[in-house]
Parts: sequence; C-alpha cells; structure tokens
Amino acid sequence: MTINYTISNNIAILSWNMTSSPMNVLNDESVPAFAAALEKAYSDFDVKGIIITSDKPEFVAGADLKMILRNQNENPTEILKISVELNQLFRKIETNGKPVVAAINGTALGGGLEICLACHYRVALDNPKTKLGLPEVKVGLLPGGGGTQRLPRMIGMQAALPLMLEGKELTPKEALGLGIVDAVAGTREEMLEKAEAWIVSNPKPVKPWDEVNKKTGKIQAKDNFKVPNGAVLSPVGMQTFTVGTAMMMDKSKGNYPSTQHIMSCVYEGLLVNIDRGIVIESRHFVQVATSKVAGNLIRTMFLGLNEANKGASRPKDIPKTDVKKLGILGAGMMGAGIAYVSAVAGIEVVLKDVSLEAAEKGKDYSRALLKKAIERGKMDSLKAEGILNLIKPTANAADLQGSELIIEAVFENRDLKATVTKEAEPMLSEGGVFGSNTSTLPITGLAKASANPKNFVGIHFFSPVDKMMLVELIVGKETSDYALAVAVDYTRKIRKTPIVVNDSRGFYTSRCFGTYTSEGMELLKDGVNPVLIENAGKLAGMPVGPLAVTDEVALDLVYKISGQAVKDGVLADTDTSYQIGKQFTEMGRLGKKAKAGFYEYPDGAQKQLWSGLADLFPVASQQPSLEEVKTRLLYRQALETVRCYEEGVIRTKLDADLGSILAWGFPPYTGGTLSFVDFVGIKTFVSTLDRLADTYGERFRPTQKLREMAAIS
Amino acid sequence: MAEAFIYDAVRTPRGRGKSDGSLHEVQPIQLLTSVLKEIQQRNQLDTSYVDDVIMGCVTPVGEQGADISRTAVIEAGYAESVAGVQLNRFCSSGLEAINQAAAYVMSGQVDMIVAGGVESMSRVPMGTDGGALFMNPQIVARHKIVPQGISADLIATKYGYSRTDVDTFAAESYRRATEAQKENRFAKSLVVYKDELGITLLDRDEGVRPGTTVESLGNLKPAFEMMGSMGLDALALMKYAEVDKINHVHHAGNSSQIVDGAAGLLIGSKEIGEKLGLKPRAKIKAFAIVGSEPTIMLTGPVPATQKVLKKAGMSISDIDLFEVNEAFAAIPLFFMEQLGVDHAKVNVNGGAIALGHPLGATGAIISATLIDELERSGKQFGLSTLCIGGGMGIATIFELV
Repeated sequence: MTINYTISNNIAILSWNMTSSPMNVLNDESVPAFAAALEKAYSDFDVKGIIITSDKPEFVAGADLKMILRNQNENPTEILKISVELNQLFRKIETNGKPVVAAINGTALGGGLEICLACHYRVALDNPKTKLGLPEVKVGLLPGGGGTQRLPRMIGMQAALPLMLEGKELTPKEALGLGIVDAVAGTREEMLEKAEAWIVSNPKPVKPWDEVNKKTGKIQAKDNFKVPNGAVLSPVGMQTFTVGTAMMMDKSKGNYPSTQHIMSCVYEGLLVNIDRGIVIESRHFVQVATSKVAGNLIRTMFLGLNEANKGASRPKDIPKTDVKKLGILGAGMMGAGIAYVSAVAGIEVVLKDVSLEAAEKGKDYSRALLKKAIERGKMDSLKAEGILNLIKPTANAADLQGSELIIEAVFENRDLKATVTKEAEPMLSEGGVFGSNTSTLPITGLAKASANPKNFVGIHFFSPVDKMMLVELIVGKETSDYALAVAVDYTRKIRKTPIVVNDSRGFYTSRCFGTYTSEGMELLKDGVNPVLIENAGKLAGMPVGPLAVTDEVALDLVYKISGQAVKDGVLADTDTSYQIGKQFTEMGRLGKKAKAGFYEYPDGAQKQLWSGLADLFPVASQQPSLEEVKTRLLYRQALETVRCYEEGVIRTKLDADLGSILAWGFPPYTGGTLSFVDFVGIKTFVSTLDRLADTYGERFRPTQKLREMAAIS
Repeated sequence: MAEAFIYDAVRTPRGRGKSDGSLHEVQPIQLLTSVLKEIQQRNQLDTSYVDDVIMGCVTPVGEQGADISRTAVIEAGYAESVAGVQLNRFCSSGLEAINQAAAYVMSGQVDMIVAGGVESMSRVPMGTDGGALFMNPQIVARHKIVPQGISADLIATKYGYSRTDVDTFAAESYRRATEAQKENRFAKSLVVYKDELGITLLDRDEGVRPGTTVESLGNLKPAFEMMGSMGLDALALMKYAEVDKINHVHHAGNSSQIVDGAAGLLIGSKEIGEKLGLKPRAKIKAFAIVGSEPTIMLTGPVPATQKVLKKAGMSISDIDLFEVNEAFAAIPLFFMEQLGVDHAKVNVNGGAIALGHPLGATGAIISATLIDELERSGKQFGLSTLCIGGGMGIATIFELV
C-alpha cells in the first residue's frame, strides 16, 4: 500500500501511506503509485479537485537517498530521464486543469515539499515540530523536483536562494510568513476543510507563470512571466548573483559544487519559461547527483551517521543495557560537560571532585547552559529544574554507590587516574563499567589499576562536550564486549555518535589529527608563507588553519605529548613538532591561552600571525602552489588513517570517516579520511604519496597494502 | 605593409558623470555626432573618402545601443557610403578602435577611417548591460571574478602600495591636470561643447579639483571595503591565498572619475593624406593586446607594453612619454615599478583620476592627449596603455612625424 485513494464531495483525496518503508519517501515504488493515483483523479470526470495529504505523521520526508546512491554510476542520460519524468509528473499537477491542494499534515522536505510547491494551494497543519524545507544541499544535491524553479517564482530569488543554499527547515508559521504555504490550520479537519473550500472557489486555477492557450484551452508555460521582487537581469539580479555568488563561495570554499549549481539553476532557469527552466534544473541535478561529493555526503553524513547512531559498532550479541545512574570523577571542564549531556538525557549523575565547592563549580556549567537555553526559549524552566536536580555534586565517594557506569575525567596523569579508579570502582553496581575519559593514555595500561579490567573501557569525549557530537570508545586488551556495549548504549542515550577504536598511542582521533598540526609546522619549517599555510588549510575545507589550531591545542601540550613519544622511543628527537613545540614552549609562546603562539592576540582586535615568525622561519623565495599545500595537509591525515586501519586501531571504514569529520573537522565533502582515498582514486593517492615522500620526506611514503590495492585497481 | 597615420584628433570635454554633470542633458549620440562633425569641419574633409567609423562603447544598450557609430555617421551628415561599427573591449575600447583602424589601413584594405569612442556614463550607467562575466554564478565562482575595485585593492595589497602611496599619486594627478588646464595644454584636441542654440555647455574637463592634497584625500572612505567584506575579498583570495587580507586603499579620490565624453581620431594611409592635402601628425608604430589573470584583472598594461616594445624592436627607455590609464592609482604605480619607468614620463598632464574615464572613449582621449603633448614638448615616441576588465591589457606606440 502506498497511496490511499478516496473520494469525498467530488474531491479525490490522495493520502500517502507507505507500508514498505518507515517514512513516506519518493522512490521507485511510490512515484509510479502516486502517478497512477493522480491520473485516476485527472481522468475521473466526477472529480472536481484533488487533495494530496498523508496518513502518516509526516507528509513526505523526501527522496530515497539510497536510490540516488544506486543510480550514481548510471549513464547521465538515464538519470536525466528519471529526473525529467518525475518533473513531468509534478508539472502535470499544475497544468492538468483541476485544482490540486497540498494538505501538509506534517514534515515535508525536499521532494516532499516540491510536491506541495507544484500544487495550486498549500494549507499546513500548524505544528511547530513540522519541518518544511529544501535541505538537499546538505547531502550535496539540489532541489531537483522543480524546487529551484518554483520557489523563486513564488517568493523571489533573494528569499528563495538562502533557503536552498543553507537547506533551512521552517515551521509552518515561518513558511506562511514567507509565502511558501498559503494557510495554516489548527486541526487536521480544519486543514481538509480549508483545502476543500479552496477547491470549490477555485475550479480552474492557473499558476502565475502559466497561461491558458486561447486556441487549445490548455495550460502552458508563459514566456514573459515576471519574477516577483526582481528579475535576473535587474539591479536585484546583479546584486544577487555577484555578491551572492561570492558569499556562497566564501562559505563553501568551492568544495561543495551543489551550491554553485543551485545558483546556476536560478540564474539560468529564471531567464526562460518554467518548462525550459525545469529542464535546466534537471541537467544540473544530474551533475550533482552523479558527483563524488554527493555520494560521499550521502554515504558518510546521512546513511553512515544514521547507522552509527543506531549502534553499528556495537557488539551484536549483548542484550541492550541502560545506564540510569552515572558517576563522574573530576568536575573540571570535561566532567562538567559530561554531567550536563547525561542529565539532559535523563540520567542521574553523581559529580564528584575533591571538594564540594569544586563539584558545585562543575554543576554551575549546567546551570549556565540551561539558563542560556531558557533565555533563547529552547527550554522551559520547569524542565531545566528537573535536569539540574539530576546532578548531585559531592566530595564523597560513597555517593557513587550503585552507578552502572563511572567515568573518570581527572587530569592526564597515570597515578592520579589509578588512585581514583581504585577508590571509585567498588561503588559500581553489580556488573558496572568503569570508563576513562583520556585522550592520550593507553587504556590497557590504565586498566591495570582496575580490579576488573574486563569492565574497563575508554570513553573519549571532545571539548566542548555539549557541542561535539562524537564519542571515541577505546577497547583495551582486556575490555569485554559487554563493557563496550554499555559504553555504546550510553553514548546513544546521550544522543552522541559512537565510534569504536582499539587501544594505541593517541588512539585514532588524536593521532590522526596530530598529523594536520604537524604538517602545518613542517610547511612552516620549509619556508612556506604562513598565510598560505593557513589559507590552504581553510580552503581545503578544514575549519581552522593548522597553525591556528595548534595555538588552540597549545604548544606546550604538543611539546609534552611529542616529548613523551620521544622518551618512549617511538619518535625521533629531530621531529618537527617536537622541535617547534620545544622552541615555542621555551619562548613562552604557548598558544592562544598565553595570547602568544604562532599568532598574536591583541586585546580587542582579531588575532594575526605573529610578525616574528619570518625571523624563525624565513619565507622561501620559491613558494609552492596552493594546491600543493592543500595536498600535503589532507594527504597526511588520510595516510595516517590508512595506517591506523591497517594496524587495526580503527575497526571500520565508517568509524574512520565519521571520526575524522566529527572529531577534528576533516572536510565532509571528501567523505572522511578513508573515503578520501576513493575520492582522489587509489592510483592517484599512491602516486601522489610517493611524489610527496620523495620531495618532503618518508612520512608520506604509502604502505605496502596501498601499493597492492593500487596495483589491482 | 602600409603605414597608418594620424591626421587629426578631436574630443569633447569630460563632464561629471552624474545627473548634476554639465553634459548630462546631452545624449550620447549628440556627443559622438559633435566629434564627427568637428573632424569633418576642421579638415574640410570630403567624407566620401572615409571608409568606416569605428567607435568603442562599453555599455552599448539603451541610448548607446543599436550601433551608435553608424547612427552618428548618419546624423553627422557624412557621405552615405561611410559605414559605422561599434566595438567593446571594455576600458580599452577607444584604443582598440584606433588599433583596429590602423590594422585596416596597414592591410591596405581601407584608406581612411575615423576611430574613437563614446560613453555617457551619467545616462547609461556602468553595468547596465549585465553580462555573464559578472553575473553568471558559474563564471563568477569558477573563475573568481570580482569587481575591479577589489582587484585594484588586491594589486595594492600584493605589491605593497599603502593608502599614502596611492593618495600621493592621486594628488599629483590633480596637480598636473590643474597645471595642464592652466597652460591650456588640451586645447588642440579638446573642442568646446555647445548646445543646439550655440551656447557653451562645457569647455574643460569638469572633474579637476585644484588644490587636492594627500591630506584632503585622506578623509575619503575606502570605496570597496564594504563590498569586499560581503564575500568578494574572500573570493579573490581563493586565488591569492598567500595574501592575508585585502587592504582597501582605493576611494573616489584616487580612482578614475565617472564622466561623459567622446573622441575620434582621423586615421589613414600616406596616399590618402597626400591626395586630400592633410598633414600627418603621427603614425602608429606598433600595437599589442594581451590577456592576463582575470581575478587581479588590472595588471595587463605591463605584459601589453612588453609585447608592443618587442614588436616595435624598442626598449622601454626609447619611449619619451607614457599615458597609463589611471583606472585606479595602483595601476600606474604597478606599471612604473614593474617596468622601471620614471613618474616624470607618465601622465604628465594628469590622468583619469583628475580628468575622468568615459569608458568607451578613454583610449582615444589619452592617445589624443599624448600626441598633443609629444608635439608640445618636442618629443618623438609615446605609448598609450590601459588595463581592461576580464583581465586584459592593451598598448600602442605612437611616433611623431
């Protein structure tokens, strides 16, 4: 069953109700069924009008992205055909002659909203949870069901473009304000009544961009339609497309082609009539739908993220666990953040520090965040009160009694961690698990302090905890599947994304992220203009330049971590990060916290690269190209991930990809650090690495396995 | 190969390109017609010997549309056999017209031609014609196309011209233009513009502001800072990633003025001059056009000059006087620095910063000024060059005869 077809008062009601998938989506099954239902209504002489709605909570959630992925390698002509056929279906809604009304009972996104835009009238059920929008851009696509043509023809280019470029989701009221829906209704009955009333009083609707052919009486596209609020060739258009394009490029850095295509759809499509505009849109759609970027975003950031959030990396055979009481040791920034996200998820939290004052201070963090949420109207004070009541600050270890999970978030010091482990562990409930929020110290070693190393697991949060969506779970030598399952279930309960890695120095995320900052320093040492280094990082799609992010991490920490590695004999003391970390630490240029590092941080002004850098690292007369610098920065991170994968540090490709994007901001358009290899192509990856290794050093040398893969590809 | 001689050069004064400018009520067709009439009258020219009239116009829409050159030929009362064509190579159009005319004459296919340009920027504002170069998102995004002011500021930033540097250059342009006006140095080409009643509307370039100093320019706000902050700086820096941020130094007082004006040069072969008893003033020794990087856009005069010198078998020191269009102060500064040219030889009577830049006509106006000045100062070789939208450069060497 896909579409329920009923007739009432000579009006056909087509109600979406897909039983084959959890949500109504546009796919190979639903589109033909929808087409058939529409044809039935068009051809039934007694049907005077049509209402499209849904029997499910949502209207239509969008296109089936798995279908897009399946078609990625299809012949472009074939995809164009599919796209044109879908658009003919939508186009006929507005040209069939009978009034068609969208009764938008719930969320309508992407293709779902595009159905509504093709209708003559839109009435939405006024539910603030309902989302209306064209979010295709988020997965590297564009509104390919006529959205780029109808929306600007309805509300003007300047209002339509940001909605499509940012993929913003609107409530029905917001959509009403923008003119995207025509009316809202308080109840489903009222919605259907309004839809029916409109049909009765508008028996022969014609869209403003259409006209009735005087000879044939048929509705056809109008050639001289005037776009509201300014045409393409007008001062408004000039502003929209010069400044607008620059703004779009500033945001995307040119790494997300769909934003460019969306602007082109509007520019090119609004210079012609709607029929030709839709063809132009389809041509652009095929280009983005077959792009590697769209494939990467759909695979990693949509389907992959969903899988990970469902617990893809969770051991399968362990029954579901549920942490109801959580102990946190250490109420510093990390402990306070973990307390907050856990209490928000309804978990009873015991926040322990050496003194009650220190623990209270940790709780203050939650108070401040909740206050802000109330001020922004995102939270009511009663609920906030309930959340706060879940956090018990204490200095008394006995309060931890009965916790199903205890997470220590004390300083990165083995002895201290051992002490608190021994003190708190006996308070765990039967079968309780002990987690360590360490970012650097190997879990297997820390577990030695535990009486029950099987139930000891690494739970690595990122800062700030309330904003960073990833949790890196570390499996030590002794860690049991059960302990890991508890950690995964807990991570899902606090609505974060878990990835699972095996124990190793720096685990996965710290180790690979370190190559980004390290390569930034290598470039500096090579005499590359620091402005070029920083811009190359940002233009490659990293959130921050490598030198700026090193300043944020702090150079004394770089020195400390690399120094430990040197001491442990796994890093040569000639290592650039170690040397520069040492040099800057000795100079007292520790980074952002010292207001001096690679940058200087003048009070009340923007930070700027330190003018003294040129003395320490004279800028070479011959500078590399921007592309070369980008390549060095990205390839280092990807190669380190490959090594982690080969060494078994990271277990799955998805965990590697998601971890890189969510933990340290590796650019999503690449699909993640492991997908990056496919993105550039294995052969290119290996040959480029060899060239980089020959030019800049062995750190770029590809692994034997990579060579073998390249040979057989 | 035949040689191309310049027999005369005529231009209108340049009026402020706003609704309060003295030439604002004059239609562009009237500006251009007045130039053609003057050429005919001054030379008692039998126009049936003129093969073609080739005119630059950068915004050829509305009043300036529909081949304004042919329209002016008809209106000026030229012989019916005279054709007319309009061309657009942005800011170089007036010089491009001269070069094309010279090429026709040199090829022997044409005997005599009028070349120049027209632009009434007060009536047909810049950008009225739109264009894929500036508007098409795909073109703008793919090739990082930014407005010229951003490009000029990028040149200043990349090559280290401070606000004081560009203002000092601009003040000097005003000083030189003021002096040139005082000494009546433009009189040979400049023809007073009179209305249909014979009343003078404008007798001099209107934008010259005597007494302009670095200090007085210092109060002006950067013109492209706001625009730059809206993503356009970032777009340019995607290509110039070695530049930290663009230093916005250009403003209304050190950029070319928006003005109305027209110009024409009478160009022909040696034989036609002899036949009609016209005395040649100069000849076109060589000309060159180049494309250059389109984002920074305005560096073209340097490679164009290098190319034309090579063509002419000359070196930079052989040139006595230069006219380097002052689209923005950074352009002549960049030109002088890159080619090692003394400011004493460049724009000796001021430039577009003080006098104005009527887009389609400027190339012809600065060439007329150059020939007048070569004659006045008794020098032999002059070079005109302009930077061009879309990343191009043009240069032409004139030699007095």
